[in-house]
This record gives sequence, structure tokens and C-alpha cells, in this order.
Amino acid sequence: MLAIVDTGCANLASVGFAVERLGVRYVISMDAAIIQSADHVILPGVGSMPYATAQLKRRGLVKVLSNLTQPLLGICLGMQMLLDASEEGATNGLGRIKGLVTKLGASDLPTPHMGWNTLENLDDDPLLFGVNESDYVYFVHSYALPIGAHTIATTTYGQPFSAVIRSGNVYGCQFHPERSSKVGKKILENFLKVKP
Amino acid sequence: MLARRIIPCLDVKDGRVVKGVQFRKHEDVGNILDLALKYKDAGADELVFYDITASVDTRTVCPDWIKKVSGLLDIPFCVAGGIKSVEAARARLEAGADKISVNSPALMQPDLINKLSAAFGRQCIVVGVDSFEDRSIKDGSTYRVKSHTGSADATKETGRGTLEWITEAIARGAGEIVLNCMNRDGVRTGYDLKQLQAVRTICSVPLIASGGAGKVSHFVDVFKQADVNGALAASVFHKNILPIPALKTELKAKGIEIRI
Repeated sequence: MLAIVDTGCANLASVGFAVERLGVRYVISMDAAIIQSADHVILPGVGSMPYATAQLKRRGLVKVLSNLTQPLLGICLGMQMLLDASEEGATNGLGRIKGLVTKLGASDLPTPHMGWNTLENLDDDPLLFGVNESDYVYFVHSYALPIGAHTIATTTYGQPFSAVIRSGNVYGCQFHPERSSKVGKKILENFLKVKP
Repeated sequence: MLARRIIPCLDVKDGRVVKGVQFRKHEDVGNILDLALKYKDAGADELVFYDITASVDTRTVCPDWIKKVSGLLDIPFCVAGGIKSVEAARARLEAGADKISVNSPALMQPDLINKLSAAFGRQCIVVGVDSFEDRSIKDGSTYRVKSHTGSADATKETGRGTLEWITEAIARGAGEIVLNCMNRDGVRTGYDLKQLQAVRTICSVPLIASGGAGKVSHFVDVFKQADVNGALAASVFHKNILPIPALKTELKAKGIEIRI
């Protein structure tokens, strides 16, 4: 069973529909016991970092998410919450992956970075099996993680940033796989194949 | 590289997709879910659904079909229609819409943009602007904003200049601007490049062109000359004048960054 963490954010339904299209059983939950017993966990998120992390605290989910050992995938703001901290509202994250999320430095380009952009510098990682250089995925964000030790794919908007990250069993996508057509579907399938 | 977006626009009236000319004389073009699937499979980058009479009839776009559309689509979509409050927006986003677009309600209550942006983040707040070029105006901006354009009888002058309103909407937290050039709506004579260029210079968020698409060269011109992030069109897609796969292939061949 897959658990989608009920963060109170707005893309819960679309993440649920995306895994439903894969024929996967899932539950949207903020119950610690249900999340802990799931084989895979997805942490979705849209909106602002201070608001979303406050929601996690209010729902008593910080400790649960900090201690999960099964495969965990953060999507968009959900990925940013897995990191140490974000410049957005100077907010602390869950610290599951080392790194500081910073404001996209594309001053001459429109922000938010919105639309379909290409994946580059793909690592040979099981999450990216069947995904190719220059495949398009759908982004919508104003903050991003600079490239670092945990980056397994990059994207460039003004400057390159981390599009996909991994540290052990913890994964993050800055884009929205649930809205990234066939490429996004492939990534979700790959994640669900990671052994719990 | 960030791709330029091709966005079919589905005007929804009484649960069906319709299309008018210069915001009048709407014809039925089909079922919402059938068309959503058709355009997704054809390679649309995003879809926009406008419940065009919601503001006129003082209703709000209904979450039921939004949920059905969200279940079908693996590309993003935006919904619009009479969204006047944070609660109304929340219901649509929770039903699965990726973005909500506000037009008339934002003009009546500009603070709505601030509230929506604070609640959901600016990335899902689109402000639609219906702009009419009034050449009889001698002083100041000839581009004027209209509201309640879903019905010709209900359409109102807002007294606002287009550039001023867009500047204000962005300052209040709009994350994207869709500029509907009303004089070009449904007439397929090309996007209003002059107006879009003027807006581009003051628009720091993604800008989507709307109104006037008729052939491939119109899309080439609007991307190359007005540097818009996306081009929205309705009748050329509904009437199969420009099939999306052929359009995208030609745009790519012309050196425009396009997702195939």
C-alpha cells in the first residue's frame, strides 16, 4: 500500500489520480500509524514553505516523516520540505537530505518558473530508469535546490538546479510527475518498484 | 530549455464546451471530458477551462467535472469562472485543478488576488485580463480592461487601463497573466503582437497570449516577436484547422523550443 501524506496542500487529488491510473492502491492520510505501515510514501506539496511546514507540525507529522525507513518521494514543495531548510520564509525542513533551498536566481526571466522543461545530467539511478536526457517534465516553482552531492538530474532555468535528488531511500522531484505525462508516469512507476 | 506552451482553451457553458466570435454567438463544440482527452492525447501542454457565464450568472465553476477532468489528465489544467473567495478557490484546487484563474471577481475586489496568493502561493493564481483596444481614445492608454465578458449584454467597462491593471495584479500576487485581446477573439487574423509586446515589457511573470490564432505563422510570430510563454487558442483547435501535433512539429522546425 502507498500512503500519500495529507499535507493539506492542493495537489493531493492529482497525485492520487496519477497513481490510480497506474492501478496502485493508495490512501491519503495524516494518520501516523497508517503512514508508518505503508510500503511507499509520497509527500506532495504546493504553496509556500512556511505554510506547508506549519501544517506538518500542526498535524504531528514531523517526527513520523523524520523516522520513516521505507521509500519516500517528495514532490515539488514536498521535495523542498525534505531538505534542511529553505530561504522561503527562513523555514526549517525535515532534514532528511542535506541542502538549503534558495530563490531561483533568474532575474531576467519571468518567475515563477512555470511549464515544461528538460531533464539533464541524469544519473544511472533506478528512479530514472527509462527516462532520457532532454525529456520534458512540468515545473511550477520559485525556489529550488542548487546542484549538490544528492542531485541525480538537473534542469536549467537561468541557472542549473536540482530537478531530482536522492539520498538512500529518500527521493525528491522538483517538478510534478503527476502532471508530466508519460515521463512522469514512468518516474512514479519506478518509485513504486523501489523495494520497501 | 523551457518550452513554449500550446494551450487549448475550452469555454464551458451549461456543462458543454462552446465557442463564440468576439465573445458572442456561442456554438456547441462538444463534451468536456471527450475534448480534454482529445487535446491531452494530441500533445497539448496545458488546458484551460473557462466557465464563461459563471460571473454573469453569479455562480461558481462546479467542482464535479473538475474532479473528472483531473482524473483523466496527466498534464496541468487551469479553471476559471466566478471564483470570488479563498474557499471557492480551495474547492476547485482540491478537486484537482492545478491553477485557478480570476478575472471579473479580481476587478471588483482586487484584494482577492492577495488573499488567493497568500493562501495557495502565486504559482497557482492566474489573472485573466480581457483587453479591448479603443482607438477613439486620444490621450493615455487605448487598451482598456472589460469585465463580465461571458455575455455581450453583461459586459462592463472597468475604467482601467490594461497595462496599469496587469502591473497591479502582479504586485498583488498574480503568478501568471493571460491576456485576451478581445478585438482578435475567434477571428483568426493573428495575435495582437503590438499589445502583447507592450504587456511583455511590464510583465515579470509568465505571459500567455490569447485571441486571434488562425495559422502556424501566428504562433511563430507571437513566440518570436512578443516573447510570450504560452499561446492559447480555441477555434483553430475545435474546428481542426490546426491539429496540435502538426502545429508543434512546424514550430519546432522553426527553431522554437517546443515539447513534442
